Amino acid sequence: MIYREAGQFKSSYGADQAIFPIRQDRIALVILLALAVVAVPLFAAPYWLETILVPFLVFSMAAIGLNLLTGYCGQLSLGTGGFMACGAFFAYKLSTAFPELHIVLVFLLSGLGTAFVGILFGIPSLRIKGFYLAVATLAAQFFLVWMFNKFPWWNNYSPSGVISAPPRALFGDIYLTGIQATPEIKYSFLLVFVAVMALVAKNLTRSRIGRTWMAIRDMDIAAEIIGIRPLVAKLSAFAISSFYIGISGALWAFIYTGSVEALAFDINRSFQVLFMIIIGGLGSILGSFLGAAFIVLLPILLSNAPTALGLEISVELISHMEFMIFGALIIFFLIVEPHGLARLWQIGKEKLRLWPFPY
Amino acid sequence: MNLRKLGLVALGAALLVGGISAPPALAAETQYFPSLVYRTGPYAPNGVPFANGYSDYLLMLNERDGGINGVKVEVQECDTAYNNDRGVECYERLKGSGQSEPTLFNPLSTGITYALIERARADGNNIVSGGYGRADASDGRVFPHVFTLPITYWAGADSMIQYVRAQEGGSLKGKKIALVYHDSAYGKEPIATLERLAGEEGYTFSKFPVAHPGLEQKATWLQIGRQLRPDWVFMWGWGVMNSTAIKEAASVGFPMEKFVGIWWSASEADVIPAGDSANGYKALGFHGVGAGFPVHADITKHLYGKGMGAGKETVGDVLYNRGMFNAVVASEAVRIAQGKFGKRALTSKEVNWGLNNLEISNARWAELGMPDFARGIKISCADHEGAGSSYVQQWDGKTWSKVSDWIAPNNSALRPAYESSAAQYAKENNIAMRDCK
Repeated sequence: MIYREAGQFKSSYGADQAIFPIRQDRIALVILLALAVVAVPLFAAPYWLETILVPFLVFSMAAIGLNLLTGYCGQLSLGTGGFMACGAFFAYKLSTAFPELHIVLVFLLSGLGTAFVGILFGIPSLRIKGFYLAVATLAAQFFLVWMFNKFPWWNNYSPSGVISAPPRALFGDIYLTGIQATPEIKYSFLLVFVAVMALVAKNLTRSRIGRTWMAIRDMDIAAEIIGIRPLVAKLSAFAISSFYIGISGALWAFIYTGSVEALAFDINRSFQVLFMIIIGGLGSILGSFLGAAFIVLLPILLSNAPTALGLEISVELISHMEFMIFGALIIFFLIVEPHGLARLWQIGKEKLRLWPFPY
Repeated sequence: MNLRKLGLVALGAALLVGGISAPPALAAETQYFPSLVYRTGPYAPNGVPFANGYSDYLLMLNERDGGINGVKVEVQECDTAYNNDRGVECYERLKGSGQSEPTLFNPLSTGITYALIERARADGNNIVSGGYGRADASDGRVFPHVFTLPITYWAGADSMIQYVRAQEGGSLKGKKIALVYHDSAYGKEPIATLERLAGEEGYTFSKFPVAHPGLEQKATWLQIGRQLRPDWVFMWGWGVMNSTAIKEAASVGFPMEKFVGIWWSASEADVIPAGDSANGYKALGFHGVGAGFPVHADITKHLYGKGMGAGKETVGDVLYNRGMFNAVVASEAVRIAQGKFGKRALTSKEVNWGLNNLEISNARWAELGMPDFARGIKISCADHEGAGSSYVQQWDGKTWSKVSDWIAPNNSALRPAYESSAAQYAKENNIAMRDCK
């Protein structure tokens, strides 16, 4: 009843093409953003900010990146972990070699560097598809992690191969990384940064370049016949996807954990991000957020739940239960809604528009 | 999907979340020991005995003595599965969930230690990384809250060289030593020390990284056994890598007496899967082996006798004893701090004072029911390693036994290395060194 668009007339092309064409959606979004920007940092416990919301935002970024490549352009990639490692190590080298460089610039530059690596490993996609491409990107995963582990130049010859984020200020005395950084600052920065990057990604997918990606995804030969150049479309998808993933790797190392070794970006990380977009919804920016929330929050929720309910369960049983419930839920979602949580959300909205008179 | 059901599920989830953020009730007279464990995951066979030893010793204090000077002990575990991000999450969860401030954290993984050092510094929490973690955290001026007692990897490498030098009759000139290591932060720790000593002692040093998890070592060992033919092989391995290495070494005919592992390649779980081929394998240890100490009898009587305790079958395992060692360090730090601040539940800061002034002499070890379990430890403001010693233990197919005397690392050479590494860390991270004069 409240969710009805009767009477909302669009008098310009701009209004018709808006990301959120329905007024109620826009209001809800503004409320959500206001809550996220003002209420969450004020009222959430540091545990929530630090270990739940920060990794959720970082993973959302990675999931958006992979979704651009796999969900929109149809190029399956298992190299996400490797590209995240690229971003992390590039950012580390940049910020230690040029301490005066602003940290946001460091993140963007490391994303740019990763984009070039992405293009390099995207070249095989011009010849091979599907599973074969997945294997080629798997090579990127293993090669990159091996490289960062092998050559001590990447970690400034640290004896253990671990890189620690140097303290860097956002502006003045407000530190984003290092000891002085508070969870509130980290969260607020990530929120703004990821929101802006998500907006850019959303608009990319609605623009010409996004449409060429989708044409390639749906049928590459047909796309080529109508004049889309596969070289440009595929490599731009690899570049932009790697840009996002690289930045998320840098954010992971600098803002979330504060110190990483190359092994933190192993093949499991790639699968984790791939599961996010599969569960969240392929080809959907919203799905990237939903998938990241599902994968990051659910295990934490499951492992906290018995304690919160006051049940005395041993930790190993909790851990095992968590695996089982998590696995079952993934299977459940894939059977009930193979298009992911984003599709569920969409169906829900459709039903709500007709409620209470469905036909 | 039925939307109403989905809504109910979401509502239930929201209620759960609401429950979690409720602050824990505060009671004064319980000392809280958070425990990061891994009872699941790829390294669970090693993690379980350690976790059992840690909680058994602390809870035994409750049963036998009514706590530490009358202050009851509370242990809360969180399973990290040896995973760094889970470790960070566990730390954040445990740090505020006890009835007192957390006494100290044993991250029990070099990777998690690295991830927690700066967090703990910001939160004012203590980290004891006994026999793992950053070796340069031994410099208490830069790391007032991190303790590497009783011994670091660098000191372990030094002790191994001392041992093999004695075995070779006093000189290593012209000898060949190979290091087989887990290709991670942990495995790379001894390399710098072994390279430095290679120059001083005149042996040739070669490195063989093994990729995680370490099941594939055929090529490594063919190279070692057929081409390089070293006089000694050292190993910095973990989990399944250890038993695989022992099996592969046996299959290329490398003599087990010449194969020395670090203390994390020294448990029953490492040698038993390798069967008889492991007989004669050596490893370092920094605490006693076996279940023959009086304290084990106390644990059996006061915990298992009353149907409590974490796991009877692990009592006396090498890693069980290591968990006990860490529990002794934690409880003694509390006891010493209680001497200054009074017999009550202490804050993290007060425990930090206790750790900075920790002293467990040889006589004290005996008083605790663990005679000759470990060497005396004395922590000072600047020295957070505490001059511990290690010894060589050997597997005979059934039990580990001590086959060397206590070996004290050559700290006059190691100390400057810790200090310069720590100073560089302090500079990179804008940390002011505290004055220890």
